[in-house]
Amino acid sequence: MKTRSGFRRKNLEITFILLGRRFISALFYLGGISLLFLRTLASIFRRFVRKRQLLDQLNKVGVNSILIVFLVTIFTGIVLALQSAYAFKKFDAAIFIPGMVALSMTRELGPVLTALIIAGRVGASMTAEIGTMKVTEQIDALESLASDPVSFLVSPRFLALLIAMPLLTICGDFVGMLGGYMVGAWKLSIGSTMYINKTFEALVYKDVFTGLIKSVFFAMIIAVVSCYEGMRTSGGAEGVGKSTTTSVVVSFVLILTFDCFFTALFYFVFE
Amino acid sequence: MIEIKKLCKSFDNVKVLDNISLTIKTGETMVVIGRSGVGKSVLLKHIIGILAPDSGEVVIDGKNVSRLRQDELNEVRLEMGMLFQGAALFDSMTVGENVGFLLREHTDLSKEEIEKKVKESLAIIGLRGIENLMPVSLSGGMKKRVGLARAICSESVKIVLYDEPTTGLDPIMGDAINNLIISLHDKLKITSVAVTHDMVSAYKIADRIAMLYKGEIIAVGTPDEIKNTADPFVRQFITGAARGPITEGKALKEFKLKEV
Repeated sequence: MKTRSGFRRKNLEITFILLGRRFISALFYLGGISLLFLRTLASIFRRFVRKRQLLDQLNKVGVNSILIVFLVTIFTGIVLALQSAYAFKKFDAAIFIPGMVALSMTRELGPVLTALIIAGRVGASMTAEIGTMKVTEQIDALESLASDPVSFLVSPRFLALLIAMPLLTICGDFVGMLGGYMVGAWKLSIGSTMYINKTFEALVYKDVFTGLIKSVFFAMIIAVVSCYEGMRTSGGAEGVGKSTTTSVVVSFVLILTFDCFFTALFYFVFE
Repeated sequence: MIEIKKLCKSFDNVKVLDNISLTIKTGETMVVIGRSGVGKSVLLKHIIGILAPDSGEVVIDGKNVSRLRQDELNEVRLEMGMLFQGAALFDSMTVGENVGFLLREHTDLSKEEIEKKVKESLAIIGLRGIENLMPVSLSGGMKKRVGLARAICSESVKIVLYDEPTTGLDPIMGDAINNLIISLHDKLKITSVAVTHDMVSAYKIADRIAMLYKGEIIAVGTPDEIKNTADPFVRQFITGAARGPITEGKALKEFKLKEV
């Protein structure tokens, strides 16, 4: 009996040690991300961001993502209208579909879907690019040439995301509502004018605005997480793959967590 | 003068550098030899301040590299160049942009002046008309030479660090690189620190050779002194023998495994 309880205690001890280690490494991770965030802000305020690189990143982040954002949000708008039609028709409430689509798109789906697309499309490629630079010693080379990798690599990406994300989100909002309109006006016999009127009746500036605030935070999350993961990459091609996966997963989790937090905050505090 | 004083560095509780002290005089070419993974690159990265020591210090012309603020450190780095093992050219930029990087970022020179300097640097290493190529399209030897051109493009460079300059090259290209290092040293009067495990290269370019083993410097001397040393560890390394004091523990283990 004595040995068994000793064994159990040992097991418990190991479990706690492992949990503790997990906790500490999570703290280190958050600390690392926060530090990179502060260093990025400092470098943006301290010195200019290279125009050529910023434009290059804006092209990669913004222009090249427009099509996929359009595609995802228009289908979402269509599906949203159809699904709510299914539910609302039971109560003879199809007239509320325009408002429902508009509010869902601007307050929630526009910002979140755009952020998830950008995290998968752009964040992953940022991590892979910076990670490859890290494992091929290009980041060390930057430092050896007296240049700060944060100001050279992170700042332009951070700024580009900060500018492009709200713009993409607005486009996403609009295209999503357009999808809903296509269903509502053409298939559900709500009528074109009626649909548009009902949309603007339900929508106020604040709805769009809160969505945009969210998208700004999502942009910062994606930029910092992707660059941080890239900069801490080690272990060759396999390492690059690993940190790319981690970067997307962490971005997704943080985006959804922050979204939940912000939605609750807006609802309970500012409503 | 580069003074390395009681330098210690560990990664994940593995001691890589253990209390290393080494002085490299101005204008001298010091070659650090040692087996792969012994911490030679780590030593170089401490000299240029990319890695920070756990304890100890690196002092370059009176400035303690590990204690400097970021902008002061960058000032020191402007006087240094480093050739990386895989050349580490920025693959998003052309060869010309790579070589002129430091001038573009840290000087007020005009575009034309930078282009001229880039051409000169490329001419020194014997490559012409490749400014507009991307690094991907270069061979290993060419990449190394462009990396070298990038390291020496600024006139203020006084110290050049070479991380395995001849590894992965064919013997002829290796010798060409050795000649380049010697002529750079003679022409530009720069202080050079090279790490390598290529003994042919070490004998050819070195004023002095230091051997790194288990995180410590176990021998320092001129190439002749090293060649004629009685130290069994150094002897095994420079003769490239599989059996000897360096591999003893390992060889025994392998032998036992085979028996089972």
